[in-house]
Amino acid sequence: MAKENNVVLEVRNITKRFPGVLANDDIDLKLNRGEIHAILGENGAGKTTLMNVLYGLYQPDEGEIFIQGKKVAIHSPNDAINAGVGMVHQHFMLVPVFTVTENVMLGKEVLTPISTLDKGKVADEIRAISQQYQLSVDPDALIEELPVGVQQRVEIIKLLYRQASILILDEPTAVLTPQEADELFKIMHSLTGRGKSIIFITHKLKEVLKIADHVTVIRQGKVVGTTTPDKTNESQLASMMVGRDVLLNVKKGISKPGDVVLQVNNLRVVDSRAHTQVDGVSLDVHAGEILGIAGVQGNGQTELVEALTGLKQPVGGRITLLGEDVTKANPRRITELGTAHIPEDRQRDGLVLPYTVANNLVLNTYYRQPFSKGGVLRHDAILQMARKEIRDFDIRTPSASTIAGSLSGGNQQKVIVARELSRTVKLLIASQPTRGLDVGSIEYIHKRLIESRDAGAAVLLVSSELDEIMQLSDRIAVMFRGKIVDILDAKSTNRREVGLLMAGVAREKQAA
Amino acid sequence: MNASTRIVEFLKKRRVLTILSAIIVIAIAWSYNNNPVVTQAVLASALRHSTPIVLGALCGLICERSGIVNIGIEGQMLIAAFTSFLVSAFVGNLLLAVLVGILTGMIAGLLLAFMSVTLKVDQIIGGTVINILALGITGFFYQQGLAGGGKLPIIPLGPLADIPLLGRVLFTNPPITYSALILVFLVHFMLFHTRWGLRTRSVGEHPRAADTVGINVFLTRYINVIIAGGIGGLAGAFLSIESVGSFERAMTNGRGFVALAVMIFGKWTPLGAWGAGLLFGLTSAIQTQIQFGGITIPHQFVGMLPYIITIVVLAGFVGRSRPPAAEGVPYEKEG
Repeated sequence: MAKENNVVLEVRNITKRFPGVLANDDIDLKLNRGEIHAILGENGAGKTTLMNVLYGLYQPDEGEIFIQGKKVAIHSPNDAINAGVGMVHQHFMLVPVFTVTENVMLGKEVLTPISTLDKGKVADEIRAISQQYQLSVDPDALIEELPVGVQQRVEIIKLLYRQASILILDEPTAVLTPQEADELFKIMHSLTGRGKSIIFITHKLKEVLKIADHVTVIRQGKVVGTTTPDKTNESQLASMMVGRDVLLNVKKGISKPGDVVLQVNNLRVVDSRAHTQVDGVSLDVHAGEILGIAGVQGNGQTELVEALTGLKQPVGGRITLLGEDVTKANPRRITELGTAHIPEDRQRDGLVLPYTVANNLVLNTYYRQPFSKGGVLRHDAILQMARKEIRDFDIRTPSASTIAGSLSGGNQQKVIVARELSRTVKLLIASQPTRGLDVGSIEYIHKRLIESRDAGAAVLLVSSELDEIMQLSDRIAVMFRGKIVDILDAKSTNRREVGLLMAGVAREKQAA
Repeated sequence: MNASTRIVEFLKKRRVLTILSAIIVIAIAWSYNNNPVVTQAVLASALRHSTPIVLGALCGLICERSGIVNIGIEGQMLIAAFTSFLVSAFVGNLLLAVLVGILTGMIAGLLLAFMSVTLKVDQIIGGTVINILALGITGFFYQQGLAGGGKLPIIPLGPLADIPLLGRVLFTNPPITYSALILVFLVHFMLFHTRWGLRTRSVGEHPRAADTVGINVFLTRYINVIIAGGIGGLAGAFLSIESVGSFERAMTNGRGFVALAVMIFGKWTPLGAWGAGLLFGLTSAIQTQIQFGGITIPHQFVGMLPYIITIVVLAGFVGRSRPPAAEGVPYEKEG
């Protein structure tokens, strides 16, 4: 009986329909006090819908919610907050131009006797919460000037300020570096240690096994099963999630490196505030190999890729592509030499979201025959090509004329991959190619990268996911504070060595 | 940090503003020394020129801070000028005339809110509808030769009015000019130091974030657009029953759009809009003075001066300004 009293949240038979989609189908869930309960599922499986039901953003068509044993009706976020349920959304709900204090107090303001905002009092409260849960943050900092990891802490403080006892974290690690994620896990433990209960929504298997007390797997709106990490493993969870066996480890043959395709000499790039971001980088990428660039986000990888693709002018050094000096070349010239680019931020730099899938597929070729003639676009030719690529690259879209912004993340990435790889590719630059994607899509993208390599392209893979770098690369360059600290042979190194280099610990010190 | 270093910090951060203000103050002092009567007249006229512009800019910024673009200020001012004038002509009570002007502006605001929040019409089109509607209605019902009930009187503020220069310029004015000055500081205080202000700004920057903490985005926008309409209406009443004392067709003469520009130059802040509005008022007053001075430049070119100087000074010195992030985007609730 004691166990029953421990259930802080129970969801029974929740069903939510959208036009044409059964997003949640008869879902049951129990959350115990002080536990981390992971909800695992692919993108579009219905995890976020379920959480929006719990948070009052959606109304369920059927089903009941019990909090602390009492049946509750949650019609709005306010009801959820009053019932002690708080949510950290995948896209942060913070006003960028407000300070931490202003964001925390918004909607639950503390006023002075003359009805002005009492920011000092709230700031004190934030400091007290920071101290209690080791969530260090400066109450007077502007949100837009804080790193994502800290912004996330602000979101958590917002919930604690509202005295939430049940915290829903929606894909909290999607935007974090591995270090920030570890930091978050510590915070989560410190929260559960003080009696808070956490629902942890994710599609990352390793994280589930590492941190969750219970796991509930959802597929196509249904609960597939609930288990605990000690009774399962990665491949079992993956197949529960996807509904078929999944290759978690990419199969790849031995690389056959050919001639040098890309040569970078002593490259220096500064950012918009004139801070040096790439500080004398030199590297070669050969045909038929994957060179992985490992490093924590923000160590100059973004600027390096921008310089290589012609999006940013370097301030020093030299870039040679297939024997041609492209240091000052524009992006079109670099593209025409056979460079494919999968950008880091697919929604900002990879696609024009309000355009159709078909138009996105010709962004790099629209000006050529047969897609345009005499300066006029040939829509029939574009559509014909688009339909072919949608088939070839398995893009799940209702039609070629669908707006790219309405596709799922995985399918948006497939549109970019289709556009970039449907030509003859000499150099493929893939930056964070699987960020935020589900297991199925990751498997697909990895396969495509290996295929490009085997077809003789030079592949430069930039990723902050260490596992991805370890699995795919033939050689690994580790970037730290704008410099390549070392280039390692993937066969003779290990996670630990690369991880330490990423953290800026030099090799000699590792040995010592 | 003690007070004096704080002041130094502030002056360093606002260097352009400081230099600009210093130049203007020195110019005024020099001019007052040479010709006190003209200087006083020009400055008083500058304040009067700036009043409808500043009120219009406050109307615009209260809307835009909550995420609604209001290009209908011109129309709100015009139709309120008309109804105020009608009340003053037929009833003869000027206070009632002002109140009716404010109410008219609020109704026009309600219409804009209904179109842009509830119907989710493109806000540029919504504002244009109000402008055209106001022009049409006032043009249709306007009768030539209708005599108004007079102008709002000048109220000298006791001993304050006796201060040299400042007394005549700042403290010897009719009521709407005073209320514009008060509103600038009141709106500033409300926007940055009260719950209403915090919520308004959050709705204009990130409405979904506001929604998730239980703030009613639709209601906030309605309230703001209606309040703003009232201030736009006050600007209209200024034109017909404080400044001119009668109504003419299209008498707003683009002031609503100038107000919009002044709001942007003032970086969507009441104090900034006030400064930019005063600059526009000053150049307008100087321009009038030049025309009286019998200079042989065609008056059309002299008439352009206020616009050109305002744009050059503000575009050149103010730097980049950033509108509220969610401006112009109708809010859609999830689910």
